[in-house]
Amino acid sequence: MTVHRDDLGDKMGMWLFIFTELLLFGMLFVVYAVYRSMHPEAFKLGGDELDVVMGTINTIILLISSMTVAMSISAMQKGNKKLALTLLTITLIIAVVFLVNKYFEWGAKFEYGFNPGAPELLELGHGTILFFGLYFIMTGIHALHILIGIALFIYVVWQIRKDKIHQTDYVWLENTGLYWHLVDLIWIFLFPLFYLIH
Amino acid sequence: MSEEKHHIVSYRTHAFVLLALLVLTGISVAITQLEMGPMNTLAAMIIAGIKAAIVLAWFMHLKFESRFFAFMVSAVVVVFLLVLLVTFFDYSYR
Amino acid sequence: MSEANNAHNVSYLEYKGQYKGLLAWIFSTDHKRIGLLYLYTMLFFFSVAAILGLLMKTQLIAPGYTIMGPQTYNSLFTLHGIIMIFVIVVPGLPAVFGNFFLPIMIGAKDVAFPKLNLLSWWFYIIGILIVLTSQFMGDGPPDTGWTFYAPYSFRTPTNVLPAVFGAFVMGFSSILTGINFVVTIHRMRAPGMTWFKMPLFPWTLYGTAWIQILATPVIGITLLLIVAERLMGIGIFDPALGGDPILYQHLFWIYSHPAVYIMILPAMGAISEIIPVFSRKTIFGYKAIVLSTLAIAFVGYFVWGHHMFTSGMSGRALYTFSFLTFLVAIPSAIKVFNWVSTMHKGSLQMQTPFYWAVSFIFVFMIGGLSGLVLGSLATNVHVHDTHFVVAHFHFIVFGGTGYAFMAALHYWFPKMFGRMYDMNWANLGWGIFFIGFNTLYLPMFYLGIMGMPRRYYDYLPDFHGGNIVSSLGAWVMVSGIVIIFANLIRSARHGEKTTEKNPWGGKTLEWQVDTPPTLENFEEIPTIEKGPYEFED
Ligand code: HEM
Ligand SMILES: [Cu+2]
Repeated sequence: MTVHRDDLGDKMGMWLFIFTELLLFGMLFVVYAVYRSMHPEAFKLGGDELDVVMGTINTIILLISSMTVAMSISAMQKGNKKLALTLLTITLIIAVVFLVNKYFEWGAKFEYGFNPGAPELLELGHGTILFFGLYFIMTGIHALHILIGIALFIYVVWQIRKDKIHQTDYVWLENTGLYWHLVDLIWIFLFPLFYLIH
Repeated sequence: MSEEKHHIVSYRTHAFVLLALLVLTGISVAITQLEMGPMNTLAAMIIAGIKAAIVLAWFMHLKFESRFFAFMVSAVVVVFLLVLLVTFFDYSYR
Repeated sequence: MSEANNAHNVSYLEYKGQYKGLLAWIFSTDHKRIGLLYLYTMLFFFSVAAILGLLMKTQLIAPGYTIMGPQTYNSLFTLHGIIMIFVIVVPGLPAVFGNFFLPIMIGAKDVAFPKLNLLSWWFYIIGILIVLTSQFMGDGPPDTGWTFYAPYSFRTPTNVLPAVFGAFVMGFSSILTGINFVVTIHRMRAPGMTWFKMPLFPWTLYGTAWIQILATPVIGITLLLIVAERLMGIGIFDPALGGDPILYQHLFWIYSHPAVYIMILPAMGAISEIIPVFSRKTIFGYKAIVLSTLAIAFVGYFVWGHHMFTSGMSGRALYTFSFLTFLVAIPSAIKVFNWVSTMHKGSLQMQTPFYWAVSFIFVFMIGGLSGLVLGSLATNVHVHDTHFVVAHFHFIVFGGTGYAFMAALHYWFPKMFGRMYDMNWANLGWGIFFIGFNTLYLPMFYLGIMGMPRRYYDYLPDFHGGNIVSSLGAWVMVSGIVIIFANLIRSARHGEKTTEKNPWGGKTLEWQVDTPPTLENFEEIPTIEKGPYEFED
């Protein structure tokens, strides 16, 4: 069969996939909105338990990583393979750091018994149970997407090294970038909704 | 073989975009430390919306892509907001 | 490549690729073979689920214990529903006829992402297998119904987990098909085929694909939340922990109402292909059909609450959803007018596909009108969760999607297999099926209005009469199905060979390519100048 290439079509496919992700998280935001409207006080108290500094750091590094991916595409378009690889490596490292931070954050919450099903949590009342239930589900699914992103970046770096992705054929890089920005987009909303309620 | 011309976004632009995003993050952290009641959430959401729009337009290249892409994204956002609204026809009036 | 195995002169059925035998099918990325893979899977599971239905109807032929007790009955309607909805009618026409004919009808060699297309079949099969494990493991088959309503779905000890997770995996299949079709339609139409020169079946696939993309993730996350609820007791839908079970219903129907349009839109598309061909007339109101398709896809997104009228929503929500439901009925009705007007003064060809298409209009109208009864608040409260609803959705889903599927199968069969079926047997099967179908489901409207609830293995003696009629109808209908399937299966293997490109006199592109099509469909991509239904020339 003749090889048929359509970068715009490929990108369109990626965007459509991103829409499914947006709606998947979107429904979680709907759930969040409903329960927050029912338990505003408990959500506020729950928010106070989260570490704003940690959250802000993760927000900042995730934004930086979004920029490095975007730049790596520009670098690729200009034919600067080395720079593209460096930028992607930085992105990868940031992704891992993000997860490490998450690990410590979650660990602390487990210690206090805020995890679903913990007896301490069950004593705190419905609003708090729902807040932390949502917190773990939403940041958990988000973290899962970071993991997938890491896998994609490793693949892309490998393909660039083999020159399978190059200056005139880099739609894989672009699509991985799009996916990573999606992960960032979700975080842009998660951060204020969980960490910044007062 | 791809026929479309690609717009190359300069490194400087990317850096400026990041700067803007960081500043907005700072503002939203600062604003939400004030006591403004429900306005806090509103402000935080507006800022998050602006940040999202910036990421979509520059980092995700919507600004440089065919118009149809931006149209699709807006349509999806509208559908989502309508679903949210219709859901609250129930929860706001229970 | 040798002459004997050339992508341009060997049919896709004979083409020899990298693999042999069964592997040449299950690893094929050819859109036509994938379409047939779906077809075979569906016919098999449809037969299984039909037998489950027949068993239920046999149980209901008399009050009390006839052939099974309550727990068996509950697990039967659950499995019946899961298979019929998630395995048959949701993938339905897009997966079979969409895969096979979408590229051909728009003048392309394949879909945009052939590998993804194969992957989506694999997701589908794996999802089915996961669902099936729920029947044989640990604590017994699930008994929640296909709706998995909270909180029962995480209180029942039965194997809900694999059923829910299997449905989740099948969701990926649906999403990937949707993505594939949208990109295919945007990027791969033949030169000259403007949007408004595109045939109607691809148009409805386009609307459907958007719903698949925008609605399926909703059920995905909802089912995941049920999994989290069962495994970790996260509390989101658990009233004991503050969760709201009605929110589960919202999320479930935010997907599942649009999903009924995933089921019916492509069916409407297939009917819109068949009616003009067998009336030898241009379709009446092409643009009205296109626009009503898009309108249904959009408005259909916001009417989900009509499944929850008795769940305890706010009054404001009740009015809103009822109103929107009435709105969405309008574009469906428009289509009925279009089909009828197309037939008006046409020269009607009385052949099997046409019988199916006309009977589709008949049952679809009964289904749609009963939908209005359900959409009005006052009447809904009376018949909600009764057999009236069962009759409604069988008339629409089975009557609509099922009939259209059979219409499409009899219409495209010669093109797909290069063989013709026996028309007499096909007509006989249709006739018996049609009689059986109405005998089976019409009494349910009456039973429902009299107050017979759904999802019970038993009923009050008052309802006996209607149930006898209905259960006998089930046996008649299944005899019809047996005749139809036997005829088709025999014909696919031994039927009269045909290379006739255009047996029905259609005008769309699939009737201009070889029968059966070659691997790449077209030797040269055609340039389109005319609209798809120009019969009068
Ligand atoms: C004229 C358009 C339609 C209207 C106004 C309508 C209305 C309704 C309403 C109000 C219900 C809920 C009844 C209850 O539970 O009390 C319902 C149930 C149902 N409808 Fe429709 N409907 C329409 C078309 C369709 C179509 C096109 C399909 C599928 C192809 C469909 C499939 C179903 C199914 C599967 C259920 C039952 C779900 C369940 O509870 O298991 N309907 N319909
Ligand atoms: Cu509905």
